[in-house]
Amino acid sequence: MTSISERGYAHPDVLVPTDWVANHLNDPGIRIIESNEDPLLYTSGHIPGAVEVDWTTDLNDPLRREYLDKSGFESLMSRIGATPDTTLVFYGDKNNWWAAYAFWVFQLFGHTNARIMDGGRKKWEAENRPMTREKPQYQTTQYRAPERNDDVNRAFRDQVLAHVKAKQPLVDVRSPAEYSGERLHMADYPNEGALRGGHIPGAANIPWGRAVNQEDGTFKSADDLREVYQNEAHLSPDDDIITYCRIGERSSHTWFVLKYLLGYDRVRNYDGSWTEWGNLVGVPIER
Amino acid sequence: MSEYPEKLKDVLDDFGFVTDRSERAELLMDYASRFEPVPARIAESPYPEDHRVPFCESEAYVWSEPEADGALKYFFAVENPQGLSAMAMAVILDETLSGAPIEKVAQVSQDIVLQIFGREISMGKGQGLMGMVSVVQAEAKRHLAEQD
Repeated sequence: MTSISERGYAHPDVLVPTDWVANHLNDPGIRIIESNEDPLLYTSGHIPGAVEVDWTTDLNDPLRREYLDKSGFESLMSRIGATPDTTLVFYGDKNNWWAAYAFWVFQLFGHTNARIMDGGRKKWEAENRPMTREKPQYQTTQYRAPERNDDVNRAFRDQVLAHVKAKQPLVDVRSPAEYSGERLHMADYPNEGALRGGHIPGAANIPWGRAVNQEDGTFKSADDLREVYQNEAHLSPDDDIITYCRIGERSSHTWFVLKYLLGYDRVRNYDGSWTEWGNLVGVPIER
Repeated sequence: MSEYPEKLKDVLDDFGFVTDRSERAELLMDYASRFEPVPARIAESPYPEDHRVPFCESEAYVWSEPEADGALKYFFAVENPQGLSAMAMAVILDETLSGAPIEKVAQVSQDIVLQIFGREISMGKGQGLMGMVSVVQAEAKRHLAEQD
């Protein structure tokens, strides 16, 4: 794979290669964050100095279907020893699927000094780079966060409904079987309670994994991404776009690709996604 | 729970004392480290679909073999090398249910997954692990039916 700077991304600085991370393991201005689907992976071994941010326990409200609030984010940043000046580097399993999800939540609080390690845990392990089971302890910080801002990067159901009525573009990043309504959930994943199958009218179906080189987990070049999102899905950089999947995790990966790698300015992630839309009374559905 | 096999009750008691997420993960990692895949005399990859655990993204498989006393020995395969939770669950099920009275194994509830992994486990991960319990339970029920 070519270097990140040669791939033609709109914002190449948002990605860092494994080499860069290996050279910054002891940099106090960097905090490496691992986010995985499997809750045991971090404990089994992680990049030296990396902290874990768990998408269930750290990023979600324990009671309501909602993300953490300002106070919760401040506590989280304090726990991992981050300040507003800290460069956060996210990585994780499943080709950075959960890392992108964590990255997206952090952007709701405006911590823009954030990167994703290209290739994620898969590439780091494949390169036989160091792993440790030692959990680092960082001095807690006094992090002052702004209120969570859902306006720029997040979409809610009423906004999605208005988006559909205005015939604005959406990207459904689920599998073709989920998109068609043949299946209500990802293969091998449970049905998380959607009563209806299909997709939001007008949505293009581009499974999230198409943005990734499967052999090493790195992101595809901008040209290859444009082939998928512009030529195939007919999206344009000026479009107002909403991405969605089942609960908003896979679609945060596509949100990241469109916003940072291709430079689309107006992209929002609908985290209610199909588990909300597929249960709503009266909303339009296509199959 | 009073009807659960004794070894399973002991393990659930152990997890009942865990209050810290990190401590739980370490305990589960200990179990996962003891995982041994199904021996070749029982099955070899590619494993047959009828032994596959539904809803498990780690591609877990379950088999059972009768022992001399009428109890069952349970075997597991986990195809995803990063499927550590599935491996931990497999070891717990093997160590607590293999050799136990199959009447009691057939009564084991899927809720043990929440007791072991904690109630904050994601629905996706939890359902896959519950699927492993269900398949073991189904194996016990099938042998019970064959005995009748």
